[in-house]
Formats: sequence, structure tokens, C-alpha cells
Amino acid sequence: MAKRIKPFLLANGPMLAAIAIFILVYVIGGQLYPNMQKPQVFFNLFINTASLLIVSIGMTFVIITGGIDLSVAGMIAMTSAASAALLAKGASPVLVMPLMLLVGIVFGFTLGCIIHFLKVQPFIVTLMGLFFARGMAYIITLEALPIQNATYRYLALTKVHIPFFANAYVYIPSLVGPLLLLVVIYLSFFTSFGRTVYAIGNNEQSARLMGLPVGRTKIIVYSFGGFCSALAGIVWSISLLSGYGGYAPGMELDAIASVVIGGTLLTGGIGNVIGTLFGVLINGTIVSILQFNGTLSSWWTRIGVGVLTLIFIGVQSLFYMRKKH
Amino acid sequence: MKNKTPLLKRMRENRLFWPLVAMALILIIDSIFAPGFFKIGILEGHLYGNLIDVFNNSAPLMLVALGMTLVIATGGVDLSVGAVIAISAGMGAVLINPVFGNQEITNKVAADPNLTNTPLWLVVVVTMVAGILCGLWNGMLVSRAKISPMVATLILMVAGRGIAQLIERGQIMTVYYTPFFWFGNGFILGLPVSTYIVAVMFLLAWVLVRKTSIGLFIESVGINAKSTYYSGISEKNIKLFAYIFCGFCGAIAGLILGSNIKAIDANNIGLNYELDAIFAVVIGGTLMSGGRFSLLASVVGALIIWTFTITMYTFGVPANALLAGRAVLVLVVILLYSDYARLLMNKIFERKGSQHGEAN
Repeated sequence: MAKRIKPFLLANGPMLAAIAIFILVYVIGGQLYPNMQKPQVFFNLFINTASLLIVSIGMTFVIITGGIDLSVAGMIAMTSAASAALLAKGASPVLVMPLMLLVGIVFGFTLGCIIHFLKVQPFIVTLMGLFFARGMAYIITLEALPIQNATYRYLALTKVHIPFFANAYVYIPSLVGPLLLLVVIYLSFFTSFGRTVYAIGNNEQSARLMGLPVGRTKIIVYSFGGFCSALAGIVWSISLLSGYGGYAPGMELDAIASVVIGGTLLTGGIGNVIGTLFGVLINGTIVSILQFNGTLSSWWTRIGVGVLTLIFIGVQSLFYMRKKH
Repeated sequence: MKNKTPLLKRMRENRLFWPLVAMALILIIDSIFAPGFFKIGILEGHLYGNLIDVFNNSAPLMLVALGMTLVIATGGVDLSVGAVIAISAGMGAVLINPVFGNQEITNKVAADPNLTNTPLWLVVVVTMVAGILCGLWNGMLVSRAKISPMVATLILMVAGRGIAQLIERGQIMTVYYTPFFWFGNGFILGLPVSTYIVAVMFLLAWVLVRKTSIGLFIESVGINAKSTYYSGISEKNIKLFAYIFCGFCGAIAGLILGSNIKAIDANNIGLNYELDAIFAVVIGGTLMSGGRFSLLASVVGALIIWTFTITMYTFGVPANALLAGRAVLVLVVILLYSDYARLLMNKIFERKGSQHGEAN
């Protein structure tokens, strides 16, 4: 038994640490503010971090391959602005949503192609993607556009009641993230695509020598990242019912921080999406503790997330070193 | 033998070639489509005009690019410069303002242009110390704790703006102390003070890296940190030095920016500077993987970014929509510097060059 537990702990240490920290932070919050013990507060985490969760899931794959995607926040802004503009022109949501997803995939595909074929650092390419997407959003509309479409309103305002919890609910958009998570868990653990992603992250050279489709997988991963950002943008525009180029400032950093807190190594190869879920939840919990406190200001979120990232990197390098020995 | 290399090739292999071509391209477009761009007039005893604006506005970016060049040359990257700008400028503002941010600024304060809480020299020193401390923190994480540079500086990037807001107590601090404005708005002999500051810093950095062996050490760390260590050079300290210098540059940039805007908003001062600075360095031809670097090329890179920006302003492009234009600029640079483009370019030029040789 002990023989099995030790490798398991070593392999999943950072992720387990993330889960432990989440529980710890949540319990501390519950002790400080008894109202936080209500189940609704827990489900609020999913409502508030709906977009961040989706973006972070896409980011996890990208980071596992050893890359990084800084363009996510720009894509969210562009999607929200474009869908608001299209809906204002009278386009049908049935058309707008698939179109946005397609735009996201094409965008991610382009970035992936530049990264793979021109051998440019992902950091620089996706940075260009960020500038480009935000700029396009501002070209579409310079000020925030409201969305008055009936379907969007329905999606935004319908409560989904959680079974077994009285009076607990989430909104429809907040279900997208968890559903996507299930799909991605399947993708990463039960398909050859998922294994290829990990292989590339561990050592791209040997993955190529093993005959794995490195280029194709990398491009698919970035396309998937673009898809996730577009999906997050749709969710964002549904929950805010408006579109604007300045939305989601700095969300790429929140996403990266969540992924890192969730136990994924930025050098690639190690980590999984389940940890990312808890990274996102930790982020959301810090925000809700600040909201419950009321006197603390929002800047403590940034400091808190920064400090947590630091702790996690410490934990990670510790585990990593242990593994090496 | 050396002299026989064709002039074109020697030029192409020069680090400054591509940046200067890009600069010339932008200026040519200016001269065709915006003839007023080069007009320089004299107003209230100093020069004014678009070109002067380019120099004045790009000063903070040039400074940050200087520091960033050294960091990138060691094979690292510093994502926290924007946050360092916010922190150091915030320190300065807090020391100047006689009342804290959460108190109302009375008319008496606003009316008295010479009222300050701390003497100016102390403000400058504290600003610099704040930047150096930030750089020290980054450098320690990278060189001693062995955290990968992107992650290590990401921490300060995320937390730094929070710290800056903490320093300013969440307020946008307006500065009424007139002597402080000199750094960002003053003129010496008709040219902006900030340009002189950049020149001094550039000279300092240049002497430091080219007249001592530090520059060589930095390059060798960037090319191969391990073999540098085996050659008996403390690669840790070299890295630490690069990050501290970058923090120092960020602090001075913060001083100029804060003094130029006359108000310090922790959320927005120096926004996207880390990205612009990296971009400037990349335009300058320094590889992100480290190794050889050129300070002058990075400074030219920063100038290109601002020339482009101000050109777009003269064409009436909204500041926000400009981001897309900047992305196109990045794309062009990426294409120019990618190995494939280089290979292609070399092939084309080589063929032409050899034909020339035969004809002669």
C-alpha cells in the first residue's frame, strides 16, 4: 500500500496541495465569516469564475506542451464586442455563437501555425495575438455595446437549481466550464492526443523521434486554446450582457496563475486540468473572502494570488527536485 | 579578406540594419502621407513637434528597454517592469503628497506649488531604491531560488500592482509639487529633460557593459550558463546584477512617467510596458534565448515603437484601436526575424550579390 501511495503522492503532489489549500482557504473563510458556509457561496464561485475556468482549461493544455498563450483576454474582449455588434445588427444567436467559436479556432490555428512553422517563441506570437484581438475589438466598437437579444437574456437570467441543496443555483453559462472540464479530462487521460501533449511537454525532441505528430498536436492545442477563449468570450458576454474591447483586463495572468497554482509546471510536461479547476476556485475564494470582509480592497486579490503563486512554485520545485533524486 | 565582403552583406549583418530599415520605412511613409510630421517649431523657448514628442514619450520605454536588454541577454525575461514602474512612482507620490491618499486634498495643498512632504532629492532616491529592491527580489528568485525567470517575475507582475495600490491606499495620487514635474516636462537647451536622462543612463549602461567585462559575462551566461559557471564566473551574481539594473531602469522610467502625467494611478501607470519593452528588445535583434545583445539597437527599437504610435496618432487612429496596428508591426518583425525569412532573404541577396561579383 505504502509503495503505491508514495509514487501517487509524488506524481500528484502539487495538485493535491492545491486541493488542500482550497479547502484550507475556504474553511478559514467560513470561520471568519459564518455566512460563507452557505452552499450558495460555494456555487457562486462557479458563477463568478465561469470565464476564467474555461480560459484556464485551454491554457492548461498549452502550458503542458511547454508553451504559453497570452492572447486569451484579448480574444474574450474581441468575442464579446463582435457578438454584441452582430446581435445589435439583428443577427441570430444561433449563427453568432458558432461563428465566434469558429473565429476563435481560426485565430488559435493561425497562432499555432506561426509558432510551429516559423519557430517563433509562443510568448511573442501570442502577445501579438493579444494586441491584435484587443485592437480589433476596439475597431469594432469604441464603447461598451449592450446586448438586448432575448436568447442571450434568457441564458443569462435562467437559474439552474442544484439538486440536494435548497435554494442553491447557478446560471446556465456557469455550467459550460464544468462540462468542458469533463471533456478535457477525457481528452487528456484517455486519448492518444492527450498522451502526445504530455510527451511534447516532457521533451519535444524525443516526442518527435518517437514519431509522434508534434506539429499537428501543437497546432491543435493552440486552436483549442483559441476555441476556449472564444467560448469564454461568449460566456462573458452572456453574463455581462454587453461587449467591449476593454473587458477582462489581465485575465491571461489570472489564468496562468490559476494553472500554476493548480500544479502545472510552466516548463511543461507535468500537471492536469483537475488541479486547474482548484486553482481557479482558490482564485475565486480569495475574491469572495475579500467581498465578505468588505473593508479590504480589491488590490489584496492581486497580492494574495501573487503570494499563492510564489508558494506553489516553491512547492513545485520541491516536488520536482525530489522526483529527480 | 575582410574588406572583400560586399557592403550590402556587411550592412545586413549589422545588428542595427533591420531596426534602421524599419525606422526609415515609417519615416518615409510619414513624409509621403503626413508632411507636417517633421515640422519642428519653437514654443516658449523650447522645441516642439512630433519628433520631439517621439523622444519625450519614448524615454521611459527606452530606459526600460535598456534594462530588459541585459535581462534578456542573460536568457531571462522580466515581466514585472510595469509593476516596478507603478511601485516606484507610487513611492515617490506618497512621499511628495503631504496628505495621505485617503484624506481629502485641501485647496491649500493644491494652491501651493512648492509644498512637499519630503525634499526632492529624497523622493528621487527613494524611488530608485524601491526599483532596486524590486529588481533584487526578482534577481534573488531567479538566481538563488532557481525559479524560471518568467514565473519568478510573473509573481511581482501580478502582486506588484496590488502593492502599488497598497502604497497609494487605492487612490489616484495627484501631484501638485511643481519641481517634480521637471523630469517629465522640463527642457534643457530646447530638448526634453527625459532625453538627457536616457542619454546618461545609456552611457552608464554602455560603459558598464562594454568597457568592463560585465557585458561579456552577461553574453556568456545567456549562451551557456553552466559553462560560464565552470569557467569560474559567478553566473548567479551576473543574473542578479541584470535584474537589479532592470529594476533600477524601471524606477527611473516610473519617475519620468509620473512626473509627466502629474498623477500616479497604480492600475494604469506603465501599463503594457513589459510587453513593449520586450518588443523593443526583440526589434533590436537580441534573441529571447539570450546571448549577444546591443543596447543601441534596443533603444532604436523603443524609438520605432513610439514613432509608429505617434504616426498613427497623426493619421487619426484612436489610441485603443492602435493596438491592432501594433500587432501588425509585431507580425512584420516576427516574420523578418524568423529563421525561414532570414534564409529566404539570404538566398535572394546572395544570388544577387554573386551576380554582381561576376559582372564586376
